[in-house]
Formats: sequence, C-alpha cells, structure tokens
Amino acid sequence: MTASNPAVGRPAGPKPSLRRRGSRGSILADHAATVALWGTGVLVLVILGAIILHFALAAWGVVSPSFILGDPSRTTLGGVLPILWNSIYILVLTMLIAVPLGILAGIYMSEYAGDNIATTAIRFAEESISSVPSIVVGLFGLILFVDDFHWGFSALGGSLALTFFNLPLMTRLAEQALRAVPQEERSASLALGATKWQTIRHVVLPLAIPGLITGVILTAGRVFGEAAVLLFTSGVGTPQHYNFLNFDLTSVASPWSPFRPATTLSVYIWNLNSEGLGAFKTQIIDGSAAILIAIVLIFNLGARFIGRVLTRRLTAA
Amino acid sequence: MNTGDEMPTTVAYPEPVLRPIEVTTSQAGADEFAARTQDVKISTDRVSILYGEKVAVRDVSLTIQERSIMALIGPSGSGKSTFLRCFNRMNDLIPGASVKGEVCLDGENVMETDVSVVELRRRVGMVFQRPNPFPMSIFENVAYGPRRRGQNDRRKLDELVETSLKRAALWDEVKDDLRRKSGLALSGGQQQRLCIARAIAIKPEIILMDEPASALDPIATARIEDLILDLKKEFTIVIVTHNMQQAARISDQTAFFYIGELVEFGATRKIFTNPSQKRTEDYVSGRFG
Repeated sequence: MTASNPAVGRPAGPKPSLRRRGSRGSILADHAATVALWGTGVLVLVILGAIILHFALAAWGVVSPSFILGDPSRTTLGGVLPILWNSIYILVLTMLIAVPLGILAGIYMSEYAGDNIATTAIRFAEESISSVPSIVVGLFGLILFVDDFHWGFSALGGSLALTFFNLPLMTRLAEQALRAVPQEERSASLALGATKWQTIRHVVLPLAIPGLITGVILTAGRVFGEAAVLLFTSGVGTPQHYNFLNFDLTSVASPWSPFRPATTLSVYIWNLNSEGLGAFKTQIIDGSAAILIAIVLIFNLGARFIGRVLTRRLTAA
Repeated sequence: MNTGDEMPTTVAYPEPVLRPIEVTTSQAGADEFAARTQDVKISTDRVSILYGEKVAVRDVSLTIQERSIMALIGPSGSGKSTFLRCFNRMNDLIPGASVKGEVCLDGENVMETDVSVVELRRRVGMVFQRPNPFPMSIFENVAYGPRRRGQNDRRKLDELVETSLKRAALWDEVKDDLRRKSGLALSGGQQQRLCIARAIAIKPEIILMDEPASALDPIATARIEDLILDLKKEFTIVIVTHNMQQAARISDQTAFFYIGELVEFGATRKIFTNPSQKRTEDYVSGRFG
C-alpha cells in the first residue's frame, strides 16, 4: 500500500471553509431527526415511569404485610398471597413447558430447516397464532381441557393454553437469537471436527443466551399479564386460604396441585374491576396492580442477571 | 503491502523442498518425478465447484506434497478460496454449492458420500481469514477440539494446550492468564496464532489457511509467516493468499488461479521467475489483478 498523494483530486481554487455546514434545510432536518428520535426513546421511559409512579402512589398505604399475607377469609383488605402464588405457579409451569419447546423449535428453524414448504407453514402458523385474540385461545382451552379432558378449571389447563398462545412467539424469538450468532463461529467449530450438535450446544447456544433471555422475558410478561386465556381455563375466583404444607398433588385443595382452579393476579384484577363489590374494591385493585408490576420488574431484572451469569459461565469471557 | 523492512528473518525465496520440474527426457528427471509422486498428500482430479448454475472452479487437477507449503494465488473471484474449502468439505455448508471430481487425501477420495466430514476435518484443520477465536478463555479455545473428541483428562488437556500454544509461538505471551483471559482480548496477530494453536491441538495432518494474514499488520504478518514455515516440518500446508510476495517467501509450490481455472502450478521459484503461461507471467509481474 503506497501512500497516496494528498494533493491529488483537490479542485483548484480557494480552499473550502471548514466552518460551512451544508444548507440550512439539511441542518434543520438533522436537528429535527435528533430531537424526534431522542424524544420517542424518552417517551418509552416516561410511559413506564408513569405507570410505575401511578400505581406506587395508588398502592401507598394499601400494600402492607397483611395485604399480602393476611388470611383472605378474615381480612377485609387483601390477603392476596394465594392469588400471587397462582400467578407465579402458572408462570413457572408455563415457562417450564414453553421455553424448552420454543428453544428446540427455534434451533430447528435456525439450524436445521432450510427454506421449504414446512418452514413457510411454520412461520405462517407462528404469525397467525400470535395474532389470534387471546380470548379465542382461551375458548379453545375451555373446550379442550375443561370440557373434553374433564379437567375442569385447572392451573395445568391454563398453562397449556398459555403455551399455545406463547410458543410461536418464543420460537420466533429463539430463532432470531440463534440466527444472530455469526456464521463464522459455526464454521470455526465445524472446521475443528465438531459435530453439528456439538457446535450448537457449545458455541451457538451460549452466544445466543442474551437473545434467548429477551425471548423468555417477553414471553413471561405475556404469561404474567394474560387474563383472557386464563379466564376460561384456570378459572375465576377470590383468594382462598391455602395450606402450603399440603403436598398431595392429586388434591384440589393443595396449592401445589396442577389440577386445581387457580385465579391469577391479572384475572383477579379484571374480575374485581368488572364485578367486584365490597368497600375496598379500588384499594385492592390498586394494590394488586402494584404487586403485579413489581413482580414483572423483579422477574425481568432477575432474568437479565441470570443471563449475564450464564453467559459468563459458558463463555468464560 | 510492503513488508520488506519488518522482515528480519524470512528469506525471500526459501529453498524449495522439491526442485522445479524441468522439462526433460532424461532418466534423472523421470526418477525425480517418481520420487515426487511417492509422497503426494493431496491430489485433485478434475474438481469443479458450482454455486447453483454458476461455475466457481472448473476442472482443477493438482497434487500437493506431504510436509510442503502450497500457495494458491490469483485475483479476487478466481476460485482459490472455494477450491481450498473442498479439502475439508466446508463447501458442504454452503446451500446450493456442489463439487464434482475427486479430492484424494492419501489416495482416499474425500468426496465419497460415506466419508465422515467430522473425521475428515480432524485430519484437515483450517485457519480462517479473519481471526475467529471463540468468546472463551484462551485455554478453552485450544481445548475446544480435543474436548469435542471426548478428551476431558485435565492433565492431558493441560499438556496439549501448552504444546499447541508453544508450537504456535504464543505460549510465552499468554501462559500467565490462560484461563482468565478471553481469546477475544488478544491482539489480531495473537488471535490468529491462537486459531493456529486451536487447529494444531486436534493434531491434523494438513492445515488449510485462507488468507491468514490479510487482516494483520506487517509485523504480525511476518510472525505468522515464520510460524507457517516452521509448521511445514510437521504439517502439509495449503495457503490461499492474494499477497504474491507472501507466496514467494513461504511456499514450495504455487498454483495460479484465474476466473475459476487453474492456469498452472509448479515450484514457486519457477512460477515467479519462469512461468510457462503468459497469464501467469502477467499476474506475478503485476500487470493485472
């Protein structure tokens, strides 16, 4: 590489001033773009902040240890622990089903399937199911699990219906996370005599963890916030006293049983708001909403943290 | 790229292991030819590579001697990298690519459908154009290949990692934080030597190098070239380069590719001083490309 002559190509005449900055219009457009893009970014933050602030203020003085832990049959205000428990129970159960399935399907779509009729059909199904109104998915769950399977309202039926609803999203996000791993990482591994599965297991998946975590968080958010699907599958009710020492999984009274009806926080809020009576209706709704938001934030931050630890452990970077 | 000043040790024209083929009818010449064919490591027979309908490489037949360096040169798009990738069947990964003809490794055609590409790639290592260490520690980078073959004995891995890094002239620079430092935290030249160590750790017979120094500065390039010359004692090396001085400095034999065809191949000294084809002469003298 020879050094090029700096004089070559410069037009004759006076040197252009460095202070000139293009036309007025382009400067304005540049400033406008900066402000607009910055503004929309800030808007996202403001919306989140407003929601958190509103419910934090509304729930101030409502949420107390007894609001959560109180015995629902005796306290007039709250005792939402059983409801909170159901939300977490259904979240965990759904994630246990949907995340592994979504990642496996994502691996298939990203690493194994080519562009053919099958993948086109799968992609079409992903998009279609995701845009079906959740109430319709709930109805399908009602017919299948509650009626046909004779499970009645159950946490498992709710989780499976939520899996129907969320698996396409999880699959798509997992596929995108895996596709974002540079091809040269795969080539490097294969060229060292690793098999395809070894390459996926030891190189592609570890590098895809941040993207997979994003998928898990987005899916979990939809599970935690979903009311319509669960209305028809895991049931609507009020908090009832749970005996957490009852580990009899076949008993409908055990909080550990997947075959018991399980009202979640979102469903509870919806139910109170539309049909609730009682003197403390508004306070209970605000308090429950604040708890719901807090749990979602804790879950998201926790998932990010776990993702970072996992990435560090698996890649030693 | 002019690296003349930074090249303290390498010789411009290393003595080729094998003398250039002289066109001769004498018995001595025939004997020499017979001797040459005995230690052929790789031979290709009318290899053509197509991407869909497009022919990237056409009817290439050549032989590569054991423990020698073969340089594949030619302008961009001449098919030299594509050709290189048929030795470890990395072309299998490219959708729509198809290879015709025979590629023989120790006389065994690697294109046969019952050949295990995993086994093949354990005998034919590869170093890529851009250094591509895994985002793992230096140790885990080198141990990657052996681990995938089921080697998990700690002491054996320690030993293998050390010898491989020493062989790649990287050991002294990294021995103090093998397990703590990420392979990505090294400089470009160090990363490429790490990739060479990683390839050596699987104990291949052949190492393919696809423009291994093109992303490096002149000093790092000189170190890689010294290393390649040194590795010739143990490995058969096939290197793609668009840097003709590099080919002249390190290779024993050179093959000149032009628009998917092998124009000629032979001893490096002959290709660079007395090529038999006009196009080769034009290219090596810098008249095009």
